[in-house]
Amino acid sequence: MSAAAREVILRRIRSAVEGAPDAEIVRDYRGATGEPGDVELFAERVRDYKAIVHVVPRAEVAATIAEITKGRVLTVPAGFPSDMYAPSQGEADGVISTCAVAVAATGTIVLDAGPGQGTRAQTLIPDYHLCVVRDDQIVPNVPDAIARLDATRPLTWISGPSATSDIELNRVEGVHGPRTLEVVIVIG
Amino acid sequence: MSGVFVGMPAFPKNAAKAVQNSQLRFNLRKATHTIRGKRAAVVGEVDDWAELRQAGKTIKDHTLRNLDRYLIELEEKVTAAGGVVHWARDAAEANRIVARLVKDTGETEVVKVKSMATMEIGLNEALAEEGIEAFETDLAELIVQLGDDFPSHILVPAIHRNRAEIRELFLKKMAGAPKDLTDEPRALAEAARLYLRKRFLEAKVAISGANFMIAETGTLVVLESEGNGRMCLTLPKTLISVVGIEKLLPTWQDLEVFLQLLPRSSTGERMNPYTSMWTGATEGQEFHLVLLDNGRTSVLADKVGRQALRCIRCSACLNVCPVYERAGGHAYGSVYPGPIGAILTPQLRGMDTELDRSLPYASSLCGACYEVCPVAIDIPSVLVDLRAKARHPRTERAGMAAAGWVFNRSKRLAKAQRFGGRMRRLVPKRLPGPLSGWTDTRDMPEIPAESFRDWWVREGGADGRRPAVAPDVNLPQESRES
Repeated sequence: MSAAAREVILRRIRSAVEGAPDAEIVRDYRGATGEPGDVELFAERVRDYKAIVHVVPRAEVAATIAEITKGRVLTVPAGFPSDMYAPSQGEADGVISTCAVAVAATGTIVLDAGPGQGTRAQTLIPDYHLCVVRDDQIVPNVPDAIARLDATRPLTWISGPSATSDIELNRVEGVHGPRTLEVVIVIG
Repeated sequence: MSGVFVGMPAFPKNAAKAVQNSQLRFNLRKATHTIRGKRAAVVGEVDDWAELRQAGKTIKDHTLRNLDRYLIELEEKVTAAGGVVHWARDAAEANRIVARLVKDTGETEVVKVKSMATMEIGLNEALAEEGIEAFETDLAELIVQLGDDFPSHILVPAIHRNRAEIRELFLKKMAGAPKDLTDEPRALAEAARLYLRKRFLEAKVAISGANFMIAETGTLVVLESEGNGRMCLTLPKTLISVVGIEKLLPTWQDLEVFLQLLPRSSTGERMNPYTSMWTGATEGQEFHLVLLDNGRTSVLADKVGRQALRCIRCSACLNVCPVYERAGGHAYGSVYPGPIGAILTPQLRGMDTELDRSLPYASSLCGACYEVCPVAIDIPSVLVDLRAKARHPRTERAGMAAAGWVFNRSKRLAKAQRFGGRMRRLVPKRLPGPLSGWTDTRDMPEIPAESFRDWWVREGGADGRRPAVAPDVNLPQESRES
């Protein structure tokens, strides 16, 4: 049945567009720049989504993370830098991860299941997500992020905590994903 | 398209009823104006918006022109990545395929991510007939499903409900809703979170749509806000995605355009909270892709109307439409309401019903929809084209034929004008019988005592003299007194 449907649909398409001129793709917009992204802009745009943002020098990262995660037990995905966070014992109530790319203009973090990022479920089910972003991972805008990413990896683009505007268009942070997103930006 | 809205009267009747509902008008006005403002602000901060829009338009047009080869490329890539591709000519075939895939897993329950395509084909109802229960997990879809209601907006399907109505609904229909539930949006969202969490963790099968499919890589893309999408796309063992064939983009790079256009046009955010992208069977899942035609190829065959297939379902056109703002989404009798619905629905379903024939008229042709459309669909032009294609009522056709006969010869027109001038006091404000269709929505024009042509000749204009007084067409005092 499916093979017949495939042939019918392809035939319908060919007869529908027969004789129509091809459209040339016009790309006059700003594409990938290859330049580094603005750290301050990224921090500001992530804060706009009501996420908590810390900008810290490399040497202070471990201390900052220890401070802000006091009282929490976080899951640590394989490959997360061991000098940044030492998990305490007990039942986890959050997750810590690295990321693949971050976008300054939109305040977006992208996970690609690489080292320190875990599976997609690992950063989804806990109510708290702490993400560590290196400044060299921040790109100016979406085209640079697309250029850096591998489409065939499982990708999750995160812009602030889970939210809904379904009730009278009032934005409510936190529905099914983590209700708190905290971002540590590492400088240098 | 499916029969979810079958039997609904034509748009004018639905709209006339809807505008009487002051609560609905208040909800709609508040919602559309809020989102309109947010969109304008975030679009305003992108200085290459016009260029992105041009790219979006041309990428879609190029894809549609070469749809056959890009679909084949997509199929190859998805298959190579461990996914299974199915093709469905119409709604019934798509529903059969999905029901069979669910049955093969032995499950009788599925979780769903909000999807226009599955709503269009009436998948939930079809699955119910096969003994499979589908649970909507998007908050607004849940509100619509619990209320046994119809969606009224593409992005926020429960836009017609206010918080008090939603609270009532949750208390009545949602198992385990707290007795002391308030109507605070935060409390309502929390109740939905608790209600759905267990379901997510236990679900074995999920059904989704997709915003984009990338031919070059076989990647599917879903944009969402709540995280219910991520839950459905990643946790269940089996994932079935039902996607319209026009959702295709040729290359991975093309996504850089649409990830800038869609969130800003849709929710008025720089980026939506969550976007998931996956290629084939991912992280141990089983993946099925059902490619849906269901009328899309006949839209593609229409030279003017085919641009409707560029639509990325952002709903910006709904939010700026003066007709949508007053009539609401239900009046359109389709899962695709508003200006885009008025051109998409009659093309997908054909113009066999009175409702579908009336949709191209559900517009004042003001053009606001065209202006905000991120892929530059010229909705007013398609509306006018469809109006010409729709079968018109017999009286109107007879009237137009008679008018054509009169206007075709200047002597006939002059005679008719003189006759009309003499009879003008006898012409009622509202025409009787089937002709009332004309005067119901228009004022009867005031007929002058003398036509311009006759006045021109009488004043000697035809002989090269300059007429001394203005004709009484500009001074219709007589007719005002009468």
